[in-house]
Amino acid sequence: MAKFILRRILMAVPTLLAVSVVAFIIIQLPPGDYLTSYIANLRASGDALDQQEIEALADRYGLGQPMHIQYLRWMGGVLQGDFGYSMEWRVPVGDLIWERLALTVVLSFGTLMFTWLLAIPVGVLSATRQYSLVDYVATFFGFLGLGIPDFLLALVLMWIAFAYFNQSVGGLFSPEFVDAPWGWSKVADLVKHLWIPMLVLGTSGTAGLIRTMRANLLDELHKPYVTTARAKGLTEKRVVWKYPVRVALNPFVSTVGWTLPQLVSGSTIVSVVLSLPTTGPLLLRALTSQDMYLAGSFVFMLSVLTVIGTLLSDILLAWVDPRIRFEGGASR
Amino acid sequence: MSTEEIDLVSAAPVPEEPALEENDRVYVATQWQLMWWKFRRHKLAMISAVVVILSYLVAILCEFIAPYDPNTRLAAFTYAPPQRIHVRDESGRFVAPFVYALGREQDPRTLRWTYKEDRTTRYPLKLFAKGDAYKLWGLWETDRHLLGIEAPAGSKVAFSLLGRDRLGRDMISRVIYGTRVSMSIGLVGVALSLTLGIVLGGFSGYYGGFVDNVIQRTIEFIRSMPTIPLWMALAAAVPPGWPPLRVYFAITVILSLISWTGMARVVRGRFLSLREEDFVMAARLSGSNELRVILRHMVPSFTSHIIASITLSIPGMILSETSLSFLGLGLRPPVVSWGVLLQEAQNVRSVALAPWLLLPGLAVVIAILSFNFLGDGLRDAADPYGR
Repeated sequence: MAKFILRRILMAVPTLLAVSVVAFIIIQLPPGDYLTSYIANLRASGDALDQQEIEALADRYGLGQPMHIQYLRWMGGVLQGDFGYSMEWRVPVGDLIWERLALTVVLSFGTLMFTWLLAIPVGVLSATRQYSLVDYVATFFGFLGLGIPDFLLALVLMWIAFAYFNQSVGGLFSPEFVDAPWGWSKVADLVKHLWIPMLVLGTSGTAGLIRTMRANLLDELHKPYVTTARAKGLTEKRVVWKYPVRVALNPFVSTVGWTLPQLVSGSTIVSVVLSLPTTGPLLLRALTSQDMYLAGSFVFMLSVLTVIGTLLSDILLAWVDPRIRFEGGASR
Repeated sequence: MSTEEIDLVSAAPVPEEPALEENDRVYVATQWQLMWWKFRRHKLAMISAVVVILSYLVAILCEFIAPYDPNTRLAAFTYAPPQRIHVRDESGRFVAPFVYALGREQDPRTLRWTYKEDRTTRYPLKLFAKGDAYKLWGLWETDRHLLGIEAPAGSKVAFSLLGRDRLGRDMISRVIYGTRVSMSIGLVGVALSLTLGIVLGGFSGYYGGFVDNVIQRTIEFIRSMPTIPLWMALAAAVPPGWPPLRVYFAITVILSLISWTGMARVVRGRFLSLREEDFVMAARLSGSNELRVILRHMVPSFTSHIIASITLSIPGMILSETSLSFLGLGLRPPVVSWGVLLQEAQNVRSVALAPWLLLPGLAVVIAILSFNFLGDGLRDAADPYGR
């Protein structure tokens, strides 16, 4: 097991390197040098130019030097926790991203748990009682979740809450907690607000997982070992939950790898609509104002988190399924 | 008819038999015929196929089907609600469909306009009515629209089946024009990612070894990235000064740069499983060269699967374009796509005032669902000997 984990971690290293290159390309994408546009912006707004500050920045990021040196300088900074300088907010990027990233992780992880807690029992019910009312209702909601884009669901929810209940569903905190320091009451407030974005984000994922679970379990239920278990006189509940569900869960665990990128992806746009204090809105703003260090750092950190999440899910999968552990391959 | 018990080897056609029995048709049917028979039984997929074909017809003929030009602004009808079509007149008799003129009043306190039917004037609905002039496909100049009303200039009426937006533009016309952009971006994008996917996936599956390894790692890498932030970053780099058509293609290229991976996986999987089949070996032994083995023997046996997975990947494309345009990073306002239209619905206050601004979203949902059902049906049908 330790060997497997080690190998899997080593495999993640090239991926992380590739992610950093992509993030660097994104930072470099807008035409021109961001420092030049930063100076132009400052001039346009009539702010005082601090020549020293500009020179320090140019020196720090190796501007004007070849690309690979700029990349190495940037990467070196990132490894020390220095993500660059936000030209728009005029503070180091590091000051802006951590809290938002943490909230994104909380939201994505919460949604994942919610998706699982709902999808597994419903999927099992829907497979064991095929063509029953539960099955049809689950299938119907499954299709609905499949067809309605997350952000549209968010829009509709906001509209209904606003027009019929005169409430605002946006945000993750009540107004009095937005700027409050972290404490138990703030966490409690967060939990109270978290369920709406979780519901919105989780719908499509839940729909997909219910269908997967149902299909997997249906395949398993017709296998001879289930008949054997039944013939031995086990109760129906035990027959279903003891073996077939556990086998059917296997492909389930392996889907975490692609569920996570999807969740992070979806949360970006949903949080723009619901104006959540997660990465989405700030990333969008950074992109439209070409605040590239901030935007690039967000893309970088989101991707890194996803890679780590996938890594954890692979380890979890190996723990659940000995076949993968012994083959040693992480290929799915 | 059941297809399970068919034994292909003994199923040689009997040429002397003049008329084939109903059951014997299965033995001589081509693969495509079998697929069609199987597909026909999938009701939901049949309905979806009709919906998809209809939407593409709408996309092709949008100038003619839309009652108005999508950019015609009628300042007197801002946020006008969807209009009722009447088939009974005041006395309750059935008459040809017509609409009433629309009067409006402003609330002195909230300054909000409210609309009321003005029951004194009636305007009959007309087929092939005269309206905004347009050039169909840039070829024929005409001003006929499928449905509309012909009102003298300056009269207080506008035909607005699904209401109007904040500038008094006709929603249904805008949704219909949006169909053209949104549905075609799905096709063009999938064509691009299909080309990439088939070439790279084909290489990967056919040659295996080192090439396979490199391509597989690349695919895994791309799939482990959260796509929307990446798309956003790439789309934000599209210069704002570009003409609409160029932006359209740039966005399509950006979308397919990431989504070819799914296609490549399907193609590779098929190549891997077919490579070991007896008929491929037979073709090789009888002296066919590599290209002939691939094109003549392998490709035909997985075309149907490719078609099914294309259909299943179009909705993702449409959805991505909609999301990007909705965020303001994709197509931009003079262009009308569903995502661009939904931008208007970003403000919850204007949605509360005019819920019909969400209608483009309904179009998105219908498109996504029908492509998904169609794809499911095709996937089942692609394997006529399966369950």
